Amino acid sequence: MNTLISVDNLQKNYGDATALRGISFNVEVSELTVIIGPSGCGKSTLLRCLNGLELFDSGRVMIGDITLELNNGATQRDLNTQLRHLREEVGMVFQSFNLFPHLTALENATLAPVVVKKVDRKTAEARARELLAKVGLGDRLDYYPSQLSGGQQQRAAIARALAMSPKVMLYDEPTSALDPGLVGEVLSIMRRLDDEGMTQVVVTHEMHFARDVADKVLVLADGELIESGSPDVIFTSPRDERTRTFLQRYL
Amino acid sequence: MKKTALLSALIIAAWFSVQLSLDAHEPNELRWGGDAEGGAPYVFPDPKNPRQIVGYEVDLMNEIGRLLNRRAVFVQNQWDGLIPGLQRGNYDVAINGIEITDDRKQQVNFTIPYYATGEQLSVRVEENTINSLADLKGKTAGTLKYSLAQRILEREGGIRIRTYDGQINAYEDLANGRLDAVLMDWPIAIYYSKPNPRLKFAGPVIEQMKYGICVRRDNIELLKQIDRALLSLIKSGELRRIYEKWGLWNDETERVFAQITADSQKQGEALADYTQAVTRKLTWRERLKQYASYLPILLFQGAPMTLLISILGMTVAVAFGLALALMNLYGPRLVSWLAKAYVELFRGTPLLIQLYLIFYGLPNIGIKLSPLVAAVVGLGLNYAAYEAENYRAGIQSIPRGQMEAALSLGMTRGQSLRHVIVPQAMRLVIPPVTNDFISLFKDSSIVSVITMVELTKVYGQLASTYYDYIGVGILTAAIYFLMGLPFVRLARWAEARMATDKRVAVTAKRRWFGVGAKPVGG
Ligand SMILES: Nc1ncnc2c1ncn2[C@@H]1O[C@H](COP(=O)(O)OP(=O)(O)O)[C@@H](O)[C@H]1O
Ligand SMILES: [Mg+2]
Repeated sequence: MNTLISVDNLQKNYGDATALRGISFNVEVSELTVIIGPSGCGKSTLLRCLNGLELFDSGRVMIGDITLELNNGATQRDLNTQLRHLREEVGMVFQSFNLFPHLTALENATLAPVVVKKVDRKTAEARARELLAKVGLGDRLDYYPSQLSGGQQQRAAIARALAMSPKVMLYDEPTSALDPGLVGEVLSIMRRLDDEGMTQVVVTHEMHFARDVADKVLVLADGELIESGSPDVIFTSPRDERTRTFLQRYL
Repeated sequence: MKKTALLSALIIAAWFSVQLSLDAHEPNELRWGGDAEGGAPYVFPDPKNPRQIVGYEVDLMNEIGRLLNRRAVFVQNQWDGLIPGLQRGNYDVAINGIEITDDRKQQVNFTIPYYATGEQLSVRVEENTINSLADLKGKTAGTLKYSLAQRILEREGGIRIRTYDGQINAYEDLANGRLDAVLMDWPIAIYYSKPNPRLKFAGPVIEQMKYGICVRRDNIELLKQIDRALLSLIKSGELRRIYEKWGLWNDETERVFAQITADSQKQGEALADYTQAVTRKLTWRERLKQYASYLPILLFQGAPMTLLISILGMTVAVAFGLALALMNLYGPRLVSWLAKAYVELFRGTPLLIQLYLIFYGLPNIGIKLSPLVAAVVGLGLNYAAYEAENYRAGIQSIPRGQMEAALSLGMTRGQSLRHVIVPQAMRLVIPPVTNDFISLFKDSSIVSVITMVELTKVYGQLASTYYDYIGVGILTAAIYFLMGLPFVRLARWAEARMATDKRVAVTAKRRWFGVGAKPVGG
């Protein structure tokens, strides 16, 4: 197997409070990893550390051939460049979509390739069209985010992230802001991407999805990784008491 | 019903009593209006004791008071408002180098002349090509606004004219090269130009003008009394002694006084009558015709300049304001601090002072701006402070997730600002920025103080020429109003669009309430 992400003893503090207490795990290429855990346990923080939206206090994150490590003597400038390279390889999907409201769906998915990768506009648009069609928005190209439903917005956000051709996609509770009826359309896209071999890390409370699709499940509690393994093991015979309590509420 | 009637009666009574008490000066006071800001040698604060007002006209009024057995009391009044002030009854007479002209004779009665002089041209010491008005073609000349000198320069034609509120600024601009010549009443030139080693007189005195004391037209009795007093001061040589003391005795005055003495033998009492020149009151039709003739002057001389200054000023304000907001929010600490300090400084000090500093202060350190550039820079720098705050509020109200989404796509902070944050903020601030433009448009009237000829300045010139502050004033205000109307419309339209446009509706609601998340730090 081929390791794409390697997290080693990651620690993150907010002032005096510790959000992550030494987390280590690997993500293999083409795997879909699901992270679960009670609210406030540090799932979002962990995900945001993986693409440098949060800087961590100690430990190491390796994604592909990029290694993030603080206190390695890098200047702020080097760090910024490194973070930008990292983010080009890592796509991020937010709970609240965060589409750019002043741009159409097509423009949302075209902006970053043109600005960051200097792809020429025509090529970028063709690719964006293709991706939007793939997520079922082929007929909504010129719609502004406010004219789209929540599910459509989240699918557009996924297309926007895919337009940068990332090596891995991160999702932070991508369906939590959606009406129950619209959850399925977003989950099915992640499922399809999994079939195509995309590496994905998904924070979610959709346990059925986790059980059906995940290759690996990580359970977080109080900033610690308390358990990890295949969904069969985690959902049928969890070792940790806290995992059991948590799962009872969601299953 | 009864109550309202009672109340209005009370108010009217109160008003009358206030009016009466205002008018109830001591009868043995002779109140005379002048402008001590006009400077030496007329009426000015004593340099040795600034609370004391001195000048040859102070001496003259004290002498007249003595002869009339009344105590002469000085009343300060803006120079170009001296005659309106007299009409309103703020004082009994007005005197301050006011030239006897036919225009003014329609408004007030003049006493016999108490002084005669002319206009003196001043140039820089090294200047040898300018010796007369004719040499001024294509050059720039300065003078006091609404003065005889201004009319002489206008009549000559082909001269760029700058008009000033005070002689000091005019001579200063001559010395530092902004002007090629200055034309002023000779007494002013004697006191302000002659002592300046960088300046010299060019050519002899031009034209003759006579100063007279203004008296309300219904006050014939006082006019006769003052004429008699003046005559006796002229005959006794007392007046000549005053002028000699101030170094102002000249040939013109000598000739005029000789003439007056000669005439007085023949005419006696008839002297007062000539000043009682009959003036027709204008009919409504004539008045309307007159206003119609002002319109093109206001519309073509004043309005385009006002519009130009406003648009250029706002462009500077919007561009610089955005830069300030970005420096404030995203710059390194020192830069951010500087931007904040700038905003506080420019919002916390009067625009008028800023304009004076830019126009009259900067030349001292070698920066000489033309009036137009100074006006645009002054308004632009001032309004930039307000626009910076608009943009800051706008940018801060963009949800934090927008910056995070942009960064997570690999954009730099600068790219995120340029393509994601600022375009959204721009839309949010359209209504407040349009409103500010309307304010700036009206504030632009203030640049008339730095010799800029725009709508308000043209108004001042027309009003003071025809002594009609109300009619021309209403006309000018109407022009401002009509020119501002499209922008008021635009502001309303933008605001309405903001409220209905779904694209930005969500974020628009949050602005002004400070709910917006802090911009992403680090
Ligand atoms: N910006 C922040 N400042 C301070 N504390 C934070 C911040 N973000 C998250 N936290 C804290 O870190 C912990 C983990 O938060 P988070 O990663 O958002 O949890 P989850 O996503 O699992 O609900 C929580 O206790 C939360 O209060
Ligand atoms: Mg979370």
